[in-house]
Amino acid sequence: MSTLHTVNKSPFSTQSLLSCINHAKDGDAILMIEDGVYGAAAGTGVASVVAEKAGAIKFYVLAPDLAARGIDTSRLLDGVEAVDYAGFVTLAAEHDRAQAWL
Amino acid sequence: MEDGIKKFLYVNRKAPYGTIYALEALEVVLIGAAFDQDVSLAFLDDGVFQLTKGQNTDGIGVKNFSPTFRALGDYDVNKLYVERESLEERGLTEDDLQEIMYEDEDDDWAEKPSIRIISRAEMADLMHDQDVILSF
Repeated sequence: MSTLHTVNKSPFSTQSLLSCINHAKDGDAILMIEDGVYGAAAGTGVASVVAEKAGAIKFYVLAPDLAARGIDTSRLLDGVEAVDYAGFVTLAAEHDRAQAWL
Repeated sequence: MEDGIKKFLYVNRKAPYGTIYALEALEVVLIGAAFDQDVSLAFLDDGVFQLTKGQNTDGIGVKNFSPTFRALGDYDVNKLYVERESLEERGLTEDDLQEIMYEDEDDDWAEKPSIRIISRAEMADLMHDQDVILSF
């Protein structure tokens, strides 16, 4: 049993990513979408929080939302995997439930 | 899951009046109550502010919907889980929350509190135990 969490807000304006990470279980996945993708870049103030959990929790980021914001996949944190819309659907199908962190 | 009854969790993470999320969540809970599912509500992060005592919206021209939480028991919605860490981070204790009671039909209609204070780890377990999670 596992959950796909989505985070759609910048971690620099809300606590959503932090709260999501604090409630996710090992084996869950967190997909950053929309402004949530700012949490996937290396070298930010939240990078260490994400890096610390990467492994126990799988982190994904939606590539079209990254591209729209001019973030190249080369700038992603280690352990964060970019997926396209089809990958989003696959993740939703692979997990037992989805939880949005608004 | 038994007899098509699913476990629904409504997750509340927003303060009551700055956005419409909190009121909309309550509306959806009341509508959803007609479907005889196993319903729980979770209050964490700024969502804990929805349940505080003494709200008075006369001066801001919007409805004070906090009394509506006390009606949920009549709709068999009597599991309101509040995260202790979220309260503490905001300088609140259980005493700052309004009293919300329900009548337990399995216990001679005894009055019992609907609010249950749980830890962050217990909140994570609660979320993990659901069939459907609706976020507000």
